[in-house]
Formats: sequence, structure tokens, C-alpha cells
Amino acid sequence: MNPSLPSVLTPLPVLIPTLAAAVTLFAGRRPRLQRTIAVAALAAVVAVCAALVYLADRDGTIAVHVGGWGQSVPGMGPLGITLVVDRLSSLMLLVSAIVLLAVVFYAIGQGIRDGDERQPVSIFLPTYLVLSAGVCTAFLAGDLFNLFVGFEVLLSASFVLLTIGASTDRVRAGIAYVMVSMVSSLIFLIGLAMIYAATGTLNMAELSVRLEDIPSGTRGAMFAVMMVAFGIKAAVFPLSTWLPDSYPTAPAPVTAVFAGLLTKVGVYAIIRAHSLLFPGGALDDVLMVAALVTMLVGIFGAIAQSDIKRLLSFTLVSHIGYMVFGIAVGNQLGMSGAIYYVAHHIVVQTTLFLVVGLIERQAGASTLQRLGGLAAASPLLALVFFIPALNLGGIPPFSGFIGKVALLEAGTQDASVLAWTLVGGSVVTSLLTLYVMARVWTKAFWRARADAPEGNLADVSPSSLIDDSEEDIAHADRDDVGRMPVGMVAPTAGLIAVGLALTVFAGPIFAFSERAAAEVVDRGQYVSAVLRP
Amino acid sequence: MNSTVVDVVPLILIGGLTTAGVYLLLERNLTRMLLGLLLVGNAVNLLILTVGGPAGNPPIRGRTSDGKTTTADPLAQGMVLTAIVISMGIAAFVLALTYRSYRLSREEDVANDPEDTRVSELSDMSAGAIDEDLVTHDPARDTDAPDELDALPGHEGSR
Repeated sequence: MNPSLPSVLTPLPVLIPTLAAAVTLFAGRRPRLQRTIAVAALAAVVAVCAALVYLADRDGTIAVHVGGWGQSVPGMGPLGITLVVDRLSSLMLLVSAIVLLAVVFYAIGQGIRDGDERQPVSIFLPTYLVLSAGVCTAFLAGDLFNLFVGFEVLLSASFVLLTIGASTDRVRAGIAYVMVSMVSSLIFLIGLAMIYAATGTLNMAELSVRLEDIPSGTRGAMFAVMMVAFGIKAAVFPLSTWLPDSYPTAPAPVTAVFAGLLTKVGVYAIIRAHSLLFPGGALDDVLMVAALVTMLVGIFGAIAQSDIKRLLSFTLVSHIGYMVFGIAVGNQLGMSGAIYYVAHHIVVQTTLFLVVGLIERQAGASTLQRLGGLAAASPLLALVFFIPALNLGGIPPFSGFIGKVALLEAGTQDASVLAWTLVGGSVVTSLLTLYVMARVWTKAFWRARADAPEGNLADVSPSSLIDDSEEDIAHADRDDVGRMPVGMVAPTAGLIAVGLALTVFAGPIFAFSERAAAEVVDRGQYVSAVLRP
Repeated sequence: MNSTVVDVVPLILIGGLTTAGVYLLLERNLTRMLLGLLLVGNAVNLLILTVGGPAGNPPIRGRTSDGKTTTADPLAQGMVLTAIVISMGIAAFVLALTYRSYRLSREEDVANDPEDTRVSELSDMSAGAIDEDLVTHDPARDTDAPDELDALPGHEGSR
């Protein structure tokens, strides 16, 4: 049998980063070689994912049975690992791959600036590549256990990245993060055990057929357990409190990639569980309430913060609420809005965290108590903050606005009291997001630095990969004030361009996400592609 | 032996392990949290093994064991094996973190997030307090000076 092009391409987003991780580990003593390999590998993943988007859109769902362990006996599901690419997962893959590539450039730029050559952080790039492989596995997984493995791979890598350098702060944050993540994985496993006990399979396509014969009470229990597990990963309130505690302590590129991708993998899992495995919206009311509270609590939390990284972590939690809103409304427009919003949010949230990294370079601090006068000090920095900030706040014509309009329209289509409440809540959240962004703008960029209460102080080594000393020095004594390396600015600008492309090409992209949503809601294509003998 | 007893014993064991594990996980001491994680992890492994069906012949063609008539489910065992490997790796990592935490702070209790503490102190203050421009603490007063200096101006609040 001649392998077809899609079946060759599908495993590559997992294989390339994994192999590259192994090679870069061996090349640990040669930073230049290590960087070349990492960038080449992630660029190749972007190309493969782009091809997969095209193929999935042209030919429909692609299912690959790894090792040929497909459906051998009629009536039994596929025996081996199944990788599935439909429009939703291919879009997620492409956006993630682009973000991963941009952030690796940024991290390399920062590393060179921080003197990587003298003290190579030789494990950073291999771990980063493992994280990429884990994210891709989770998006490609066609069975629940493989999804679990994907989660574990990306979590294990994220544990290492979060505690890199192992300073007091990062160890404290890392412990909480590890414990919460492991508890969510264990809950996921309990859910897996329940589903396996009830149906005897874990293949998602097979499950979607078999779960229909299960009594609704049992099905509801399994769904609820899965939602708790995925809710922790996606940071849906009340399961979100771990996130603003742990993310801000990591170095800027790490926080950026976590904020962009890890929670979205959870959202993706929620979409799959909600539409493929447990259709019928048994928990939609609970999800709607959770979405509303997530939005509001998240954004109120953001108002109280003074550290920009923590502030952005809270807006991250808040905007997860929008995606859950789209999923919970349950009509096709809501789903396509949620899918578009996920793509938009991955890009814009990552960009903002990268910009915070630049602010730290420029001003030596990321807390509003110490910032001021940035617009005068660096108009370029002001510009790269301003565009994604407006985008996050949902100002027309940016992609955040388009996504929100779609979600609001879906809410009004649903027209239940709860949906209308959600529509109101999301408008309020959007305004408050704008308020929070305006606050950062007026304090950090507009006023003079002398007006900031601690404006005379700066961190010794803001957010570097290795040396995370907590000492303060006088702002005037910093020897590299105002230097943002091109290697860090260029990837940030690149991601802003991607965010703007989501706006400029909103027509075709939203049409794509509508087709993706139709496919997700319909289920038939997915099931028949996987179960085809 | 009665077959219902055989079914119930693992379930009671799973419940017991989970209970003890959750209790330990809620502690602040890192070693106890790790033990709790391992207990719950093993409870879940046992659960997967239990839902995989009764014991039987090894899932290899032509092999029988102890006169059993059915074959054991290999998939459940495969999943448990994967879960064990993952939890072993994570346990090693948590141990490394614990050691590092001990080296850094001479204790292995999880500390509060300082920024959280700062924000929650804001709520005790008068209205309009959510403004980081208000100086909430004076770094100069945060001294490590001995206690007898507490009474002196500029040295208040070391405890």
C-alpha cells in the first residue's frame, strides 16, 4: 500500500519536535547548532500544519491509524493509536505552530542578549520542543488516552520550563502548579476509567457511537468528571485560581507560550468532549454560569493587580469565559465564534506577554508601581503594546471585536434568560478589559516615570531565563536601559502582524471556522473517517 | 470465595486510598502532598485495573494460566503501566523541587503568594484603595534587624 500524503503529514507535528528535542539535547554544548535545529524544526511544523489545514479543508477529516492498527474486526473500534485531523484541530495546530515559532525566536533573542554563550541554558530548547510535541499530540489525539498522554507530555515539559533557574519564587509557584496539574490529570484518569468501564473503548469516534446507548445519568456523571478535569486545565472559574499564581513568575517567553497554548488545549478538549462525546448539552446551564463567573471574576481580579504579568494572567482567565460561553450556547454560530475566538486569543495573549517581556527590558520592571514614561522613552514599544491591547479589549475593527460579535449574536440567537445574562456579562467584561488596558496605558506609558511611587527602582535582572535575583537597584544605575534587542522585537511584531491578519482576512478565516464548527457539531464526518474499515 | 466479595474489596481499597490521598494533598507540607499524590495515583491505577474486568489468561495466543477460561484485558494494564511511568517521573520531579525548596528556605511548607497577600490586604483598607500608587509598605521598615530594635523609629514591623 502506498502511503498517501495526508497520512504521511499527520504524525509529523508530533514527530519533528520530538526528534528535534532529542537532537538538541545532544547538542547541548553547542548553542548555535541547538538554536538552528530548534528553529528549523518548528518552521517545518508550521509548514506541515499549513498543509494539513489545506488538506483537511479540501478533503475532509483525515484519520491515521498509527502502525496500521485500524479497525480489523467489524464491530470493534480501532485497536491502536488514532490521529485525527479535522478543520478544528488543523486550525488549532497551525495557530499553535506559528506562536511556538515566534516565541522560540523571541527566547533565542533574549537568550543571546542575556549572555547565553557564557551560561548556556542547554535544557531550555529541548524542553520547549517537548512542550510543542505535547501540544500537537493533544490536538491530534483521536482517542482519550492519547489525549491524556499529550496532556502529560506538555505538562511535564511545562513543569521544567516554569521552574527553570529554580529561584525561590519559581519553586513556590512551581509546586502549586505541579500539584494542581497532577490533580487534574488524576481526575481525568478517573473519568477515563469510568468511560472505559461503561463502554470498553477509549477511541473518541467509537465512543461517540457507543455512549449513546449508555443511560443518561451515567453519561452525565462521566461528562461532569471530564469537565472538572478539563476545566482545571482551561482555567475555568472556580478551577482557575492556580493560574495567576503560577504563570507570572516564569520568564517572559515561557509565560507567553503557556498563556497562549496550555489553557487553549483545555478549551479544545472541552469542545471535543462537549460536541463529540457528550452531545445534547447536558451541562450547558452549568457551563454558562461558569462562563459568566469566569469572565467577571477574572476581570475584577485584573483590576486589582499592579504587576502587568499578573494583570494579564487574570485577563487570560477572564477571556477563557468567552470561549466557554460560545461552547455552552451550543448552536453552530456559538461554536464557530468560540473557535475563531480561540485562534484570536492564542495570538493576542501571547503577543501581550511578549510585550511585557519587552517592557521589562526597556524599563527594568513589570509592576505599575515602577513604570512610567514609556511612550516617550520608546514609541515603538508603545505601538507594539497599543495594538494588541486594543485587540484584546475588542475595539473594532480588530479580531477580538469580530469574535465577540459572533459570540454575542450566538447568545441572542439562543435567547434564553441565561444567554441574555451572558451577553450582558460579556459586554461588561469587554468594557472592563478596555479599562484595565487603559489603566496600564496611562500609568506605564503616559505619565512621567518620576510620578510612579517606586519609579526610581528597577529589578536587577528582569525575567531572565537563569539568574532570577530579587534585588532592586536604582533605575538610573541600570547599564542597559532602553535596549530592546531586535531578536525580541521582531517576533513580537511578527505576531502582531498575524493578529492583524486575523482581522484583515477575517472573512475567509471566519468562514473556515464556520465550516469547522459545522463539522464539529455534525460528528458524522469525524466518526465515519475514523471508523472507515 | 464469594465473587461479590472479590468485587467489593478493590473498591473499598480504592476509596480508602483516595480518602487518605486527598487528606494528605490538602496539607501544606510538600512531602505529605507528594505522598497524597502517590496514594491517589495508585488508587486510580487500581480503579483502571478493576474496570478492565476479571483476572484471566495472559493476552498471548495459546497461553493459559491457572485454568482460567477468559483472557485478561491487556489494554487496562497498558494504561496503568503508562500512568505508573508518568507518576514516577513526576514524583521524582516533585522530590527535586522539595529538596530545592528546602535548600532555599530551610523549610518545605508551601508559602503564600506574596502578591496575593498584598492584594488581599488592600481589601482591608478604606474605599478607593485599589490603586497601586498608594504605597502600602515601606521597604525601609522591612528589616531583618533583631527584635529589640522593633521599638526604635524606622525599625517597626520586623515581625
